[in-house]
Amino acid sequence: MIQLLKIELYKIFKRPRTYISFGLITAITFLIQLAMLTDGKGFLGFVMQGINEQFDIQGHILNGYLVTYIILQSLLVQIPLLVALVAGDALAGEANLGTLRLLLTMPISRAKIVLMKFLSSFIYTVLLILWLALVALFLSLLLFGTGDMVNMKSDAFIMILKDDIMWRYFMAFAFAVLAMTTIASLSLFLSAFADNSIGPIMATMGVVVVLTILSNLEIPLFNIIRPYLFTTHMVGWKGFFDDPVPFAAIGRSALVMAFYTIGFLTATIVYFNKKDIKS
Amino acid sequence: MEKIIETQNLTKSFKDFKAVDNLSFAINKGDIYGFLGQNGAGKSTTMRMLLGLIFPDSGKILINGKEFSNKDRSLLKNIGAIIERPDMYGYLSGWDNLKIFATLRNKNIPNTRLYEVLELVGLKGREKDKVKAYSQGMKQRLGLAIALIHQPDILILDEPTNGLDPQGIADMRTLIISLNKDHNKTIIISSHLLYEIEQMATRMLIIHKGKKVVDGATIELLNPDETLVEVKIEPDKNWDTLFADSVWQQKLNHIDTQSAVLKMNPATTPELNNWLVKNGIRVLEIKSKHSLEDYFISLTNDTVTKN
Repeated sequence: MIQLLKIELYKIFKRPRTYISFGLITAITFLIQLAMLTDGKGFLGFVMQGINEQFDIQGHILNGYLVTYIILQSLLVQIPLLVALVAGDALAGEANLGTLRLLLTMPISRAKIVLMKFLSSFIYTVLLILWLALVALFLSLLLFGTGDMVNMKSDAFIMILKDDIMWRYFMAFAFAVLAMTTIASLSLFLSAFADNSIGPIMATMGVVVVLTILSNLEIPLFNIIRPYLFTTHMVGWKGFFDDPVPFAAIGRSALVMAFYTIGFLTATIVYFNKKDIKS
Repeated sequence: MEKIIETQNLTKSFKDFKAVDNLSFAINKGDIYGFLGQNGAGKSTTMRMLLGLIFPDSGKILINGKEFSNKDRSLLKNIGAIIERPDMYGYLSGWDNLKIFATLRNKNIPNTRLYEVLELVGLKGREKDKVKAYSQGMKQRLGLAIALIHQPDILILDEPTNGLDPQGIADMRTLIISLNKDHNKTIIISSHLLYEIEQMATRMLIIHKGKKVVDGATIELLNPDETLVEVKIEPDKNWDTLFADSVWQQKLNHIDTQSAVLKMNPATTPELNNWLVKNGIRVLEIKSKHSLEDYFISLTNDTVTKN
């Protein structure tokens, strides 16, 4: 099992396209940081103009914590795509290369192969989020320094003291790993049906975009299904920046995503176990 | 002879298309077993079923006497295979590809064994090159190296000469014969070219539209003194059992609901006809093919329609 996992990781990290994801995250993060460095105060003044009329907020507001929060919100759409690039390629990419039939003539069960593909996609996801944490959080702290963080919501603003922030980011990144693992399992599931990786990558993004719209549309019809959509729960990481932190709601969101992940993985194994390999 | 692979009534359909129809055959230890049929005859589907890539709708596959199923893939430990094109990870080197599949087979395979098979297939010195820079012939050789890395007793090679130039085909043929003779491998090889199979196979099976047409020792099937005689009849309920215990039983190669193919001396055709008529069979046609090659060509041209 370990050998198989090592081989899967070797294949992923020997492909140049894998590093495109890390490069993209670095580029987007750096661009936002650059924008904040040059015109951050103007941006902040615009966003906080309503608040400033009623409150006198003093101190180092444009700090690394706030910039990281802005970066994370901006990357909501991109990160699932970057996860899908690898997970969507896991089975369909092998079918496209023609290596799937050679791989499946090995005396290894198909369930093990799917599990190792999932685990390697999971490890890639963890590394991607760790990289994001490194370039977004630590580089922002380096560039903008620390300070109390203002979390501006549509109906409120929350001030979090600087000594009370770091653990929230650790939890938020851990939550992001879970959310992106759900995306990875969806991509892997779609990958089992396809013979080239473009289809599952596009289909993953399609599902994420449509369900995100359903999760955010304030139409009574969708109220019934909204709590059951994983996209409704993917933004649960923001709860760690509320006061008090809604741990019960975050826990429920984590459970829903874990349920989806296990569901997609089981469905992949069941389908792939019966699939005729004709490619 | 020890049967190393056997299929019993193997059947596989894709939607309404019957790719393999009630196919039974046995491969003996030490055979180079040629699998011959035109494109789409069901060769690749059968080979994929032998390797667990495609699952039969019905029928059995026995490997070394044990029934093979997706639940127990350990029977594949003793098999190496090339299925159609030997596709690899082009962004990795030949060595990396070989190492990956060696490790998947058995993590304890030493590097000396990797060099040994590279030497055997004539790729030593090119192993560090990226596979995407390999020619088709080099890819075929690397595919063969991967198939051989764990020293299997059985090799399944689906059209291994596809895409090779004449020299490449000759080299591959020499290598396959040497693997059989010098390394005691049982080899199952498919092709749509009779002359290719003829030069390598000790025994062969011809399939057409998923059904067995004829099988036997190559030397006997290609014996110029005997030809294939095809008999077509009106439906008869005794047809299936008629040949049992008769002198024609040994000559019978294939029997269908309304036809049979016998490998026999064409001079004895009138006796066959008399015997059939005596047994109440209404014969529609008795057709003698000049040779196996003619018969195969007629199949390829689709002039012979079974059923």
